[in-house]
Amino acid sequence: MKLLKLVPDHTNLDFMRWRNLALVLSLIATVASIAFTIYRGLNLGVDFVGGQLIRVTFNQPIDVEQLRSRVDGLHLGEASIQEFGGPKTFQIRLPKPEGGDAATNIAATKVKQAIEADYPGNARIDAVETVSGKVSGELAEGSAMAIAFAMLGIAVYIWFRFEWQFGVGALLTLAHDVAMTLGFFAFTRLQVDLNVVAAFLTIVGYSLNDTVVIYDRIRENLRKYRKMAILPLLNLSLNETLARTVVTSLTVLIALGVLMLIGPEVIFGLAIAIFLGVLIGTYSSIYISAPVLVWLGIQPDSFLKSEDKDAAEALPA
Amino acid sequence: MLEFPKWKVWLIGLVIAAGVLFSIPSLIAGTTLKGSWPSWLPQYKINLGLDLAGGSHLLLEADANDAQKQRLQSMEDTVATELRRDPRIDIGDISTSGGRLSFLVRNPTQVDAAVDRLRNLTKPQGLTGQRDWDVQVVDSTRIVMVPTPSGTATALKDAMSVARDVVRRRIDPGGTKEITVITEGANRILVQVPGVEDPEALKKLIGQTARLEFKLVDTAANPQDVAQGRAPPGSQVLPMAEGGGFIAVKRRVMVSGDQLADAKQSFDQDGRPDIDITFNAAGARRFGRVTQENVNKPFAIILDDKVLSAPNINEPILGGRAQITGGYTVQSAHDLAVSLSSGKLPVKLNVIEERTVGPDLGKDSIHKGVIASVIGTMLVILFMLVTYGRFGVYATIALIVNAFLILGIMAIFNATLTLPGIAGFILTIGAAVDANVLINERIREEIRRGRRLIDAVETGYHEAFRAIFDANVTHVISAGIMAYFGSGPVRGFAVVLMIGVVTSVFTAVYFTRMLVALWIRRARPRALHI
Repeated sequence: MKLLKLVPDHTNLDFMRWRNLALVLSLIATVASIAFTIYRGLNLGVDFVGGQLIRVTFNQPIDVEQLRSRVDGLHLGEASIQEFGGPKTFQIRLPKPEGGDAATNIAATKVKQAIEADYPGNARIDAVETVSGKVSGELAEGSAMAIAFAMLGIAVYIWFRFEWQFGVGALLTLAHDVAMTLGFFAFTRLQVDLNVVAAFLTIVGYSLNDTVVIYDRIRENLRKYRKMAILPLLNLSLNETLARTVVTSLTVLIALGVLMLIGPEVIFGLAIAIFLGVLIGTYSSIYISAPVLVWLGIQPDSFLKSEDKDAAEALPA
Repeated sequence: MLEFPKWKVWLIGLVIAAGVLFSIPSLIAGTTLKGSWPSWLPQYKINLGLDLAGGSHLLLEADANDAQKQRLQSMEDTVATELRRDPRIDIGDISTSGGRLSFLVRNPTQVDAAVDRLRNLTKPQGLTGQRDWDVQVVDSTRIVMVPTPSGTATALKDAMSVARDVVRRRIDPGGTKEITVITEGANRILVQVPGVEDPEALKKLIGQTARLEFKLVDTAANPQDVAQGRAPPGSQVLPMAEGGGFIAVKRRVMVSGDQLADAKQSFDQDGRPDIDITFNAAGARRFGRVTQENVNKPFAIILDDKVLSAPNINEPILGGRAQITGGYTVQSAHDLAVSLSSGKLPVKLNVIEERTVGPDLGKDSIHKGVIASVIGTMLVILFMLVTYGRFGVYATIALIVNAFLILGIMAIFNATLTLPGIAGFILTIGAAVDANVLINERIREEIRRGRRLIDAVETGYHEAFRAIFDANVTHVISAGIMAYFGSGPVRGFAVVLMIGVVTSVFTAVYFTRMLVALWIRRARPRALHI
């Protein structure tokens, strides 16, 4: 049986030739993503802004306008009705109750009763959520902190295991990946809830996977070929790891793609965020992680002075 | 490479067997095979999170104002009781406004004695020398008691632990349901009840403080003053629970719900639902004495600062039993009985977050999640097989073993599988093969460089391990932070990721290495098809 080789042997692409162009494009994309996120804002779920939410699935198709006018007729404040995952499932959002932190879900209960009365036997209430302003504020703050700490923690670990240039490279790569994914959520108006934050943390962990592998190879080659110029050395390292990068990214994308397409609707946001993060992470491991090392002046002898560390780094396999 | 001692093979085999054994009860739960699992085998099972099992999640927060009010009130009672003891010290003009308890000592010569006796009521806070209340004298005759911050914190901590137990007893009087009631942070309680579709009943049970008090009605109070909310000294004006109106009662609590032994829903002579309460021995004695001393006077039954009724004491009630009546339905009488017998909440609790998932959505999610997992895994396996041939088979076996190990470990720790947890499972499947990809690509590379077979395999495993290790540490960092900051479902995701990191390194590195070593030893291949 002939085995599949997605990347032929002796592949030798000149990745670094395009590094400045890629940098400019990445920079533009990152700035655009951040600007877009700030300008247009994220579609934050009740987890982060508070409020009440009802998710209902109908057995038979219903007239959305009728449902909308019924909910508006209850005069519970500004309500929004959106399709959720499929044409028969709807998400109804209501503003958070006025006055105080208590999460009274009077409005949600009223809507629930109205739906049950109007569509007897047809409606299935899937979920009712009420989050007070106090809790949502804490969740938003905690999530932002978690993402920041994860990025820093990983960068520090890379610094500790490699050199400071690699730590900075990892941090920039992560910032790029997170910013791009945020931009995607701002652009598509996909709802950002706690699950999506979990996805961001996962991206922080997994998008760095490729970077770590490539950095490991760069370190190895820096020691092996002490006379080689830095650009050819980076190209060599990227080409040597390219087959692995392609195969691994593909397996992860296959698994997540299936989850995204036929998995539960509730975690669609999580699945698509990680899917995207892995895709972006694959790109940035080549065009951000590696070139950053050039600009930060990594030298073939960067690891020479720490030769005595080798014993510690050669972990038992 | 080829030296793979027998004991290592056995150890790895044992770990895998244990993983499979422990994962089976979770896999067959809810199927017809459930009954055929022998009882002498492990029964550990993975919990399903509320988003999969359906149920209600409530986050309760102590009402800080109410906590302060209750603490002042209980100190007021303590002070009154203490100073009534011999030698009696008369006090007046009691006020609890401004978060402090202040009162006048009628006889100026007794101020110092009063301060001494009150200081003895306060408790020291740890080794700081601070006490839970500051006792000060103002204007030489007024004593002011101010709660100290550390005293307030201690009181809140105690109140929260009592509240947690009370909430648990109220939701689950029999102690048989699989509910979660835990304190979170300084002033919160998290309640998770699987399978509840309507959380309203739950909230009613928790929402009532259920502080039951019996006080004498102040019959001397001027009705006009009472209507305007003014009460004579030593009395207070309370609203009636029904029909509006106010009534003046003596401040002193004659008997309280703390001394109840039991409360049951029952019916009165006319067949209306009521609550039968039974006092404990001390409560019964006290109730008997109070009713004996106050025959023909009205006695107010007060629940959460509302007067339920104020019947006349016709004769001493000596059996320690009484009825609470007043427009109850069977359900509301039953709820109040449960609340009374579970004890009063030491502090009022507000619901600040509430999430309910219907059971059907959960089933839907599990179904779709399982299908996605199976199809995803199959595609990944197919991809591995066409890419790496024999080594792909090893990676596949490792993958399947990995799935069992994750489930087995989750079962042993009684971990909770949530919907994002299923995503974590799929992600782990996708990412776990990365270690094998790294190893296999490295072996390919080494063979291209002209190394001998065994040498290439050896180098492949050795050189790839560094990157595998570093990559997995970054995963653990992000998953660890997620587990620390995240709540409920997200934490479930992080747990799966962390377990997956450990098991995938074991299966993808050590286990496949064993398979490869055994194969090479047995078949002695001349060339490697990879």
